[in-house]
Formats: sequence, C-alpha cells, structure tokens
Amino acid sequence: MALITFTKRGIYCKQGDFYVDPWWPVDYAVTTHGHADHVRFGNKHYLCHTLTSPIIKRRISPDLDVQTLGYGESLVRNGVNISFFPAGHIIGSAQVRLEYKGEICVISGDYKIEDDGISTPFEPVRCHSFVSESTFGLPIYKWQKQQAVFDGIKSWINNNIEYQKTSILIAYSLGKAQRLIKNLAGDVPIYVHSSIANLNEVIIEAGVPLPETTRITQEITKDQLQKGIVIVPPAMRDSKWMKSLNHPVTGICSGWMQVRSHRRWQSADAGFALSDHADFTGLMEAIKATEAEKVYVTHGFTSAFSRYLNENGISSDVVTTHFGQEDDEENKADLAETVEKKTEAKTEVVK
Amino acid sequence: MKRFAQLIQQLELSNKTNDKISALVDYFNEADDKDKIWVIALFTGKKPKRPIKSSLLKYWAIDIADIPEWLFTESYSNVGDLSETIALLLPPAEHQSDLHLYEWIENLQNLEGKDDETKKDFILTAWNSLETNERFIFNKLISGNFRIGISSKNLVNALAKQSGLESVQITHSIMGKWDPYVMTFSDLINGEHVNTDNSWPYPFCLAYALDTEPENLGEISNWQAEWKWDGIRGQIVKRNGELFIWSRGEELVTEQFPELHFLVDVLPDGVVIDGEILAVKDKAVLSFSTLQQRLNRKNITKKELESAPIGFFVYDLLEFEGIDFREHPLSERRKILENIIGKLDADNVLLSEVVECDSWEQLATERQKSRELNSEGIMLKKRDSHYHAGRKRGDWWKWKVNPYTVDAVMIYAQKGSGRRANFFTDYTFAVRDGENLVTIAKAYSGLTDKEIKEVNSFVNKNAIEKFGPVRTVKPELVFEIAFEGIAESKRHKAGLALRFPRILRWRKDKNASEINTLQDLQQLLQSTL
Repeated sequence: MALITFTKRGIYCKQGDFYVDPWWPVDYAVTTHGHADHVRFGNKHYLCHTLTSPIIKRRISPDLDVQTLGYGESLVRNGVNISFFPAGHIIGSAQVRLEYKGEICVISGDYKIEDDGISTPFEPVRCHSFVSESTFGLPIYKWQKQQAVFDGIKSWINNNIEYQKTSILIAYSLGKAQRLIKNLAGDVPIYVHSSIANLNEVIIEAGVPLPETTRITQEITKDQLQKGIVIVPPAMRDSKWMKSLNHPVTGICSGWMQVRSHRRWQSADAGFALSDHADFTGLMEAIKATEAEKVYVTHGFTSAFSRYLNENGISSDVVTTHFGQEDDEENKADLAETVEKKTEAKTEVVK
Repeated sequence: MKRFAQLIQQLELSNKTNDKISALVDYFNEADDKDKIWVIALFTGKKPKRPIKSSLLKYWAIDIADIPEWLFTESYSNVGDLSETIALLLPPAEHQSDLHLYEWIENLQNLEGKDDETKKDFILTAWNSLETNERFIFNKLISGNFRIGISSKNLVNALAKQSGLESVQITHSIMGKWDPYVMTFSDLINGEHVNTDNSWPYPFCLAYALDTEPENLGEISNWQAEWKWDGIRGQIVKRNGELFIWSRGEELVTEQFPELHFLVDVLPDGVVIDGEILAVKDKAVLSFSTLQQRLNRKNITKKELESAPIGFFVYDLLEFEGIDFREHPLSERRKILENIIGKLDADNVLLSEVVECDSWEQLATERQKSRELNSEGIMLKKRDSHYHAGRKRGDWWKWKVNPYTVDAVMIYAQKGSGRRANFFTDYTFAVRDGENLVTIAKAYSGLTDKEIKEVNSFVNKNAIEKFGPVRTVKPELVFEIAFEGIAESKRHKAGLALRFPRILRWRKDKNASEINTLQDLQQLLQSTL
C-alpha cells in the first residue's frame, strides 16, 4: 500500500492518518511552509518547522494548535516516522520525509537549490517516492547566480537615485522580501510596507537576524523614499500611494521575469528573474539526488515536466493539486494585511 | 552589439515615450555610424540578408540544448517568440565577443552560398560568445522582425531631436528605398539619396472613424463623399519614366500587380496618386476575398490573373508636374485628378466615384448600398482640406457600415504570443449545426486585460482536452463576433470563412443554447453572392 494518496482534501497518509498541506480543513495537517497555498485556516492541528510556526500564527491566527520540529528532527504518528529537511524555498520551509516499514516518501512543497543567504539551504533526501513542484519546469527557465541578479538590481537602484527616481521593488511579503532585504542591505536605506515589516518582526523574534529596515509610515517623506529602496507586496502595485511618490519606477523580482512577454505583460519598469523556486536544471538535479522510483509532479508545467522525467527513465505522474496559486493567495494575504493596517490606523484616530 | 542590446533593453523596460526617445537619442549620440544605419533599417522593417533558415536554427538549438523537439515546442509556446526561445534554451556562453552590430550583419551576409556545415559552425560560435539578450537580437537578425514597441514616428522624432533636422524631412529620408549595406548615416539623415531616388512616396493621409452624427459636421456641401473601398491602400508614383506602387505598409508592391504596369507609359511624369488596390472586373469592385488570392504572391499564375484581375480606384493627387500638391485644397486636386485619370481611358484604373447627395439623410440612404458594392461604407473628406501626413482629426472621416455579427460559443483556447504569451487569448468559436457545434472563426482581440484574465481562469478550470498549447473547453462562454464579410471556403469545415472576425463583446447574458446556427450564416452567404 502506497504511503500517500492524493485526495480531494490534499495529500493524505493513510497509515499515519494525516495530511500534508491540505486545502480543505482536516484534523492533522503537516505543513511544508508558510505560503498561503500550502497552509490554510481551519485545521485542528498543525505540524510545521520551528520557524514556520510564528509565521502561520501571525498570518492565520495566534490560537492555532501548532507542534514544531527542527530540521533533522522527527516524531512518530501511528507508526509513521515524520521528519523535516530544509527545502531552501523560504525561511522555515521544509521537505516532509515520511517513513513507514522501510518505505520512504518525501513531500518537498516548494523548493530551490541555490543558497539564498537567508533560508536554510536545500538538502536532498533519498526516498522511494518524491513529490515535486515544477513551477519553472521548462528548460527556458535557467537562473543566473543570485549575485549577478542582485548586482543588476543594485545598479538599477543606483541609476534611479542618480536620476531622482524612486525605486520600488515588488516582492512577496514572506520570503522574497526578506531575501531582498538580506542581499541589498548596505548604504542605501530600505523602506518596507507594513505587511513586510510585520513579518520581519516575527522572523527576527524567532531568532533569524535581518538587516535594519524602516517601516513606511506617514512620517517618512517622499524625498527619503526616493533616496532609498522601497519594497512592497504585489497587492500594492498600481496603488494611488505608489503613483504619488516622486517619479516612481517599479521592478518586479520573480522567476517569470525571465521571459520578455511576461515582463511586458506586467508593465513594470524593470523585471529581475529572481525566484524562490528551482529552475529546470535545479529540479532535475534535486530529483536525481533523491534516487526516487516514482516522482509525483504537483504544480507548474506539470505535464511537460512529467513527460520529460518519464522519457529520461524516471517514472512520473502528474497529480492535480491546489498548489501554485501563490500569486493570488499571496495577494489576498497581503491585502488582508493592508486592510488590517488601515483599520488599526482608523482606530487610532478615533482614540 | 552590447550597446544595441542595451538600447533594446531600455526601450523594452520603459512604458514612457519620453524615456524611449531619450534612450534612442543617447544611442544615436554614442553608437558607431555603421551600427546606427542598421538600427534605423531594422526599426523601419528593412531586413538584413538572411542566409540561414530559422528551422535550421531551431534544430541546432535543440541539439545543443539536448532536449527533445516536443519540449522545444512547449517552451516556444510559453515564450511566444522563436528567437527568444532559442536564446533562453542555449547553455551559457563561454566567450565574450565585442563585435559591432554591423559586423555581425556583414558576417551573416558573407555566409551566403556557404554550405550548411560552415553556417552551423558560424552560428554555434556566435551563440557561444553572446549573452542571452545579445543572442536574442542575433537570432532576430536571422529570423525575425524587430517589434519592440518603437513606432516609426518615435524613431523619426528621436532622429530629429538628435540631428536638429525637421522630422518631415527625416520621415522622407528613411521611408523610401535605400540600402543599409551602402548608405552612410549622415547621407541618410540628410536625405542625400531621396532627390535622386524616383520612388519615394508621401506619408498616407489617414482618417479617424466618425464618432458623431454626420449632421454635426455642418453643411454637406462642404464635404466630398466617396465609397470606402475594402482593398489595399496604395500610392502610385510615376517619376522620370519609372513607376512604383507602394502599399500602406510602406512596402514596394510594384511587381505583384502587373495589370497596373501599363501606367508607366500613360501616366505623365511627376505624378503621385493615392488610391485603393482592388480586384476589379467590368469596372466593378469584387470582394476582398477575391483580392486576397493575389496578395503576397511571388509568382502569379495565369489562372489567378484571370480569376482575380487587379485594378486601382484613385482617390487623390499628391504630386503633379513634379510639384508637391498636398497643400492645395481637395477640390482643386480632384479637378486635376479627374483630368489625368479621364485621359487614361482604362478599364481598371478609375476614379473613385464621388457620391453626390444634397442632404445627410440622402447620403445615409446611399450608404446602405455599401455592402452590395463591396464597399465598407462612406469616406467624408472636407472639400477645402489639405492632404495631411498621417492621421489627423477633423478633415477626413470614415463612416463605415456596421459590421455583421454572430453569437458564437468558445470551444478552443490557445495561449497568445508576445505580451500575452502566458494567457489564453486566442479563441476558436463555433455555431450550432443541428446537434453539433461547428467552428467558424478564430479571434484574438477585443477583450480587455481584465476580461482576458477572467476567460483565462475559465479555461484553466474548464479545459477538457489538451493538444500542445491548445485547450478544448466546455462550450459555455458566448461571444458576439463582428466580421466584415463572408466567403465560401473549402478549407473550413463549416464551408464558409468570415473576414476580419473579432470579438465585439462577451455576451454574459446568453448561454450556449442561444447562439446562432450554421444555417443563419449560410443564408447570409447566399445574400452576399
């Protein structure tokens, strides 16, 4: 009997009676990471990495019933050994390794191979079956070393400052934003939207140091912002506030920016191909390193990627999941934060 | 090449015209003269010699990238551009090249006549010495067009700003016939070639669609009404014993239309006329689908000459006795034109008739006859108007008849190309034929970005089958399709083809049971024959 099955609620382990990243409420949810398409409201019990716990408590509710594990640690549930290994996707992201009577299955969630300087770097785990994403599972997606991308972003910023333009980087509040902060920190001050500042607080409190940033408030002048780096979540794009800044120029940091048509569709001023997902080569490397006999492809360019695996001697199936709607879900999460902030601000005025 | 790659990047990164123009001005200030000439050539649609087929590029790239062909096709459908797909698939370059743009173009030219092995060596070495964005440009030099969101108007404005010359002068200079392999930058900009070149055309005067009731244009007696013909807008230039036919796309199409070559003997020198290239038989205009048989053909068969004979309906006179007449009032130009064309006494080069009417109501009634005459409606031109360069509001209006429409259901969706490569934007529509659905048109315009996203998410959720980039979807979304004409077609299952179909609107108020039937369209077809 297989260790996991794909049900309408999510990836299910019958032997252990629990789900991994379910999209409908269940009793026991093992959580790979804190992005909204992988962890949802309403589960009775959550098991996640130590660093993911404060993030989901902040994003979903402080009252969640959460149990945590560090990387390499394990617990046994109904005879199934559950352990976590770094996925390198964002802070706290974990591959979930399940072992039952010698059978090993790894559910990797989202992952990337390159060390981004802030998430614990990806570690391949040998297994019999491997559940993989394929967000960028086409060979046109090949990332440059992140240093080269950051050099590009820095020179864009310096050029903007020289021409009195305000540099605005669009990045998800969880993951991409911290990666930018960590790698861009230097002489130019960084200003972050409150949804990012909130998560930064949580992350720092959990013991991960982050370079200094300033929360954007009414007190910060437009001139200050123009001489700095402004980081906002996708939900803030094309907002009135952004347009009101001094000669604003936007740069989107996303793997999709690899392709010209995506850059133009987004109508941003600049696109930087910086992704928290593995590129095509990365996916192949990771999968080969698992030595898995069976690979389940859950989201992204699933059919092409799975076909390629099969043609290269790695047995693979496509499974339909609700993963990979990060953009939409993140937008909602960010918007929720924005609304929340506005309400807070209003309350203050009333007081 | 690096400087050119940088320019392309700057032009693509900005949405603001001023930024684009200043990027171009910077480029024209800094770049090598020989490179500049090529940039103007490329941006105005002049292609360098292309000694290599793009299919070969594709196979070499597949080979080096070590991927199966189907994966190349998948990648291509995601990227939407062949040159870019290849650039992205190749492994990182191991060398650096500092060759100029023009040197690459010359090197490519030198490959002409060489064997495939030599060509392959050259291309592979080139790919291995260029960055991804340079490779993209290099591939474009061999296989594509440079469509990078810079209009010829912006290019002209940038050149005018950089050189301090009049933009009209530059338009003339870069529009006509010149050879980037021999022309120098300063000769081109200063128009050294245009005086000696007999061919140069004038910019076409274009009209806006009438957006008000014609009564608001004032007295009808101030206006000249003509039929708006549905063909290829053309300009015929006769100077110093030479004849040139230009299409509106600023392409020379002289060779394509031998029926008009007699004009070289009968048209006086120093005459330029504006008109419409049409299929004409017995002095009457045939349908656009007939004309279509003759377009973009390199060799024309005798049969095609007989079944789709070409004529030219003349609208206007731009040059007379070698003098630019565009600033003379239309009434005056028309008088001379009538004289010139009258003298020709030809069956296929005719004055486009003036529709004489005493009132707007009468004209509106006349306009109803448009379809019968294979016309798209009425053109209104102010009698005292000049022949403007380009589109200008006020003096010329097109008053088209409403398009035909049909309600159809979407059954296939395909991802777009270019800017829309990641969204399902190309849809195939069907009408009802008894119990079945039969496809009648493919259309890809007319929706807002927001609607495209909405349809996109419908397609993602309701895809039934997948054939490469194409999805079969549940027949549920109903659209009103507008089209300009209908013709019999053996190629299409429905037995008919729509001309210029586009999405008029999304009929969210209708469901798939309320769409039109094939019979409806067949009746329409019969009525137009």
